[in-house]
Amino acid sequence: MLTKVFGRQPLGTVFAAPYALFLALVFAYPLGLAVWISFHDYFFAAPGAQVDRPFVGLENYQTVLSDPDVQRAFLNVAIFLVINVPLTVVLSLVLATGLNSIVRARTFLRVSYYVPYVTASVALVGVWLFLFSSGGLVNQVLGPLAPSPSWLVNSHLAMPVIALFVTWKQMGFFILLYLAALQGVSKDLYEAASIDGAGRFRSFMNVTVPGVRSATSLVVILATITGANLFTEPYLLTNGGGPDGASASPVFVMYQKGIEQGNPDTASAIGVILVALVLVIALVQRRFLERD
Amino acid sequence: MKRHLVTTSLAVLALGVTAACGSGGDSGKAESSTGPIKVWLSNNPEEIAWGKAMVKEWNDAHSDQKVSAQEIPAGKTSEEVIGAAITAGNAPCLVFNTSPAAVPQFEKQGGLVALDDFKGAKDYIEQRSGDSAEQYQSPDGKYYQIPWKQNPVMIFYNKDMFKKAGLDVDNPPLKTYDQFLATSKKIVDSKAAPAAIAPAPSSEFFQSWFDFYPLYAAESGGKQTIEDGKATFNDEAGKDVWNFWAQMYKDGYTPQEKYDGDSFADKKAAMAVVGPWAIAVYKGKVNWGAVPVPTKEGMDPSEIHTFTDAKNIALYSACKNQKTAWDVLKFATSKEQDGKLLETTGQMPIRSDLPTTYADYFAKNPDYKAFADQASRTVEVPNVPNSVEIWQEIRDNFSSSVIFGKTSVDEAIKAAADKADELAGQS
Repeated sequence: MLTKVFGRQPLGTVFAAPYALFLALVFAYPLGLAVWISFHDYFFAAPGAQVDRPFVGLENYQTVLSDPDVQRAFLNVAIFLVINVPLTVVLSLVLATGLNSIVRARTFLRVSYYVPYVTASVALVGVWLFLFSSGGLVNQVLGPLAPSPSWLVNSHLAMPVIALFVTWKQMGFFILLYLAALQGVSKDLYEAASIDGAGRFRSFMNVTVPGVRSATSLVVILATITGANLFTEPYLLTNGGGPDGASASPVFVMYQKGIEQGNPDTASAIGVILVALVLVIALVQRRFLERD
Repeated sequence: MKRHLVTTSLAVLALGVTAACGSGGDSGKAESSTGPIKVWLSNNPEEIAWGKAMVKEWNDAHSDQKVSAQEIPAGKTSEEVIGAAITAGNAPCLVFNTSPAAVPQFEKQGGLVALDDFKGAKDYIEQRSGDSAEQYQSPDGKYYQIPWKQNPVMIFYNKDMFKKAGLDVDNPPLKTYDQFLATSKKIVDSKAAPAAIAPAPSSEFFQSWFDFYPLYAAESGGKQTIEDGKATFNDEAGKDVWNFWAQMYKDGYTPQEKYDGDSFADKKAAMAVVGPWAIAVYKGKVNWGAVPVPTKEGMDPSEIHTFTDAKNIALYSACKNQKTAWDVLKFATSKEQDGKLLETTGQMPIRSDLPTTYADYFAKNPDYKAFADQASRTVEVPNVPNSVEIWQEIRDNFSSSVIFGKTSVDEAIKAAADKADELAGQS
């Protein structure tokens, strides 16, 4: 009976139970509830308040899908992902490979790349404002070549700047993933490639890249998920998704609608659409990256 | 890595639901119940000083009905924190920082107590605030907030910068839009300041209260943006105001990028749209003067309206001892406490007889006199459903047309007004 309920390793089930419970309470239940909210005319109410929350079918989805601000936010985050994900993969892998091969200053460089990842976004945003504001360091260096309007108030440049910021901030974590994966690539393969006359670039392309494919799959999926959840940077770096909504993300619009404007129903609909889209993208990515 | 924001947001939504499933107290009993209560104060030092002194005075005289005061817990905005507290059922009895724009939402949540339910409350509010009180009535005719204090906004200008630009510092040419633009040009061309004026060009819903709304209140002769459930601002006055600001941005007198700090105090702008709270803040830092906001053709200052920038007090439904809360509310808005608030913070109690009631104070502090006069001609945000959403629509359209010049003012103001009509008509 005990085996039937807890499996062949009951102790393992006991150890796994707290995290399973955590997942159920903090992830699964809210997700299910958000889906429920998205199909109802819902708003937050005081305990005991008599409120009517009728089922409205797909009305909230129709509302958000026909809302130009929401459409714009999804387009913005698509632009962000197109820049951020490939850049993250390429730079992380190249830097990890470099860090893996050097001997001197390795620890210093690893820490240097990791520091932005563990530093609060709010603090780092201050640094980027110093760099990219109209009178910032970058424009001073560029002089007459500085863009007008400036980076953070330029509707064509605001999202790319945010994508660069996030790439830089997250890089340390992804470098660590690649460094771990690189330890699993056999030295024999590099020696064989060398004997076959392959240079450093060819070795990198034919040995390193295929050798860390599983890590690349993980990096792509994680970068996509974190990127799709973009909020802090549009909120702080471009002062609320500016200029004129050019850097508003779906999560930022969720915050506006759900928290500021008291419409958690439409906010939930955006959240559910976002989760569905991220799942689809992740599945497509897995299919392409793990096809071998 | 797994704690993604989407999931967190969903969790917040879920917590809202679970909290909403709880059972409420007996509101009828609470209304007559007395005992200890909790109040939240705004988090600026002057208001905290006043609040603590007020609470001490109350506590010294009411040992069986102790008030404990604390600052509003930290959050992105006070309104978010209060909204979450209402949902969770742990809001305090009184919040001495309730934004009038948030009241319709709190009311819809079932988080507020109609003050009219207390004997004599309606008379008390209307006697204290006079005609201004009407602006704070909800569409059902009840008061869910007591008009407390306001910061009527005016144009502050830096006299030293004006002097450097060759402008008259005692009678600055800032009455009409043409004068304001010409003055701005002189300031920027003379390099007296990098910007003439720098209201935040960011997209938060409340930013329109410090560029569009004060000028619209003035130009329209005291209209709210929504009256009788319909948007008013798609009129000549509204278009004039939007076009004025559009010109300011187009000519580069007003920056499109937000300055992270106080542009007026940091000498990055020669003017600012601020209320009397700024007098203490800029004392010793800026040699300032103040004038009413401009109008298209210029008006006599005694006819100019502006935005209130008011914060009110509301009684929250989670309160168990509501009788005490109402008594504290009356105590805190008494003539004596209003006088202490004025002295400690420089903010104007929303009283109909302000300049005469505190004549001594204004005689001793002449800088505040113009604000006291302006306080009798202020316009509040309309108390309508979906208030925050309407202001966000106004802001987004203002941003698109006025600040960034991507759409025409006529199209944008019409789009904002049409959406405002739709939202104000919903429940």
